[in-house]
Amino acid sequence: MALTQEEILADLAEIVEEVAGVDKEEVQLDKSFTGDLDVDSLTMVEVVVAAEEKFGVKIPDDAVKDLSTVGDAVGYIQKNQA
Amino acid sequence: MAVIKEKQGAAHTRIMGVGGYVPSRVVTNDEVITWIDSSDEWIRTRSGIAERRWGTPEETVLEMSVQSAGKALAAAGISGDQLGAIIVSTVSHFHQTPALACLVADRLGTNGAAYDISAGCAGFCYGVAQASDMVKAGSAEYVLVIGVERLSDLTDIHDRGTAFLFGDGAGAVVIGPSDTPGIGPVVWGAEGDKYDTITQTFPWNDKPEAEDGSDEVRGPFLRMEGQAVFRWASYQMAEVSLKALAEAGITASDLDAFIPHQANNRITDRLVKVLGLPEEVPVARTIAEYGNNSAATIPLAMERMLADGTAPSGGLALLIGFGAGLVYAAQVVALP
Ligand SMILES: CC(C)(COP(=O)(O)OP(=O)(O)OC[C@H]1O[C@@H](n2cnc3c(N)ncnc32)[C@H](O)[C@@H]1OP(=O)(O)O)[C@@H](O)C(=O)NCCC(=O)NCCS
Repeated sequence: MALTQEEILADLAEIVEEVAGVDKEEVQLDKSFTGDLDVDSLTMVEVVVAAEEKFGVKIPDDAVKDLSTVGDAVGYIQKNQA
Repeated sequence: MAVIKEKQGAAHTRIMGVGGYVPSRVVTNDEVITWIDSSDEWIRTRSGIAERRWGTPEETVLEMSVQSAGKALAAAGISGDQLGAIIVSTVSHFHQTPALACLVADRLGTNGAAYDISAGCAGFCYGVAQASDMVKAGSAEYVLVIGVERLSDLTDIHDRGTAFLFGDGAGAVVIGPSDTPGIGPVVWGAEGDKYDTITQTFPWNDKPEAEDGSDEVRGPFLRMEGQAVFRWASYQMAEVSLKALAEAGITASDLDAFIPHQANNRITDRLVKVLGLPEEVPVARTIAEYGNNSAATIPLAMERMLADGTAPSGGLALLIGFGAGLVYAAQVVALP
């Protein structure tokens, strides 16, 4: 069964907290990874790999470039989840 | 029909001595940011590099090789003429043929076998694996393995993705027979489907015409898909590291040092995390001062860690090299 936006956000927030040490309450749809959450491009790679595992989606390098906000990532996962 | 007689070498092998050479010119981040739009802070946080060494014209791949080899031979207590083979790993000896190893052999006074290998940043670990097998097979009693690069000659100082990364230098080890196991099984391979992630801008025999017909096209230079390589190195190389420990029959807590290829401190951080390396195990971080000098990073770090006492002689170290190809190799060794 497909996950809802809220469920994806909650799981992604846990990943970001775990990988980047950002408080998960901070991880909101309108926040940008680099600007607001201080997740740099290389930490983002870790977030992406963890998200791929968690949600069973493939997030190729080209797609990562377009995921600037948490909302972008949640949207991508929602659209591509199995 | 007559049967071919075979030879048997030593039951075990070890690294008998290590030596390194870093060129004299220090290139700081402040100098690098006069070439590219960047900052000292960005370079330090994304790679861990504070400065790198670039060779002067006199610090050729041959000179750096001979210097590092001399130190490794002295440390091993072996003279040049005792070497049965010399393996040089390099991508910056700018003659397709003959091999740099032959010039090194001549300078060291041996007529042993001598040849170069091309395995990028995995070259040193490839060489160690080959050399160890040669000693075990009886093809040579002592083998010299050198990793040497002048990546400065292949660096486009205006490319933001690589200008800050690369350095020059040489490191060498002597491998010979041992009473006890000193070099564990190698875990190695190539992923040719990722051939295009680290490349040369054009082949030596096909220099493109300058578009405006005036200035000569510079290069060839190294180019890299940074994110793709970063992802591969941080994840797949963690698996390879774990496999090398398993094949050697040890765990991370048995290690006295972890000496990964110095490609990026952030890759090293990730490997340390996945290995579950106990905090007291020293980790090579020479990238801060040397940058990434490819096949030379591991022996240079090994020499440094032994010299400053961070790693004990006789202790167990996990080595892992990875780079252009993409290729990789890892093994557990006893430190000389
Ligand atoms: C080289 C490396 C440090 C680059 O980091 P990266 O995060 O992949 O860099 P990107 O090109 O994705 O750029 C990320 C951001 O940094 C910026 N940037 C890129 N290069 C920069 C530089 N030299 N200085 C300052 N900023 C730079 C980009 O403009 C981008 O900013 P933006 O998000 O505002 O657009 C990294 O990819 C890496 O180490 N890869 C592995 C390299 C390696 O180990 N190779 C050797 C194997 S032998």
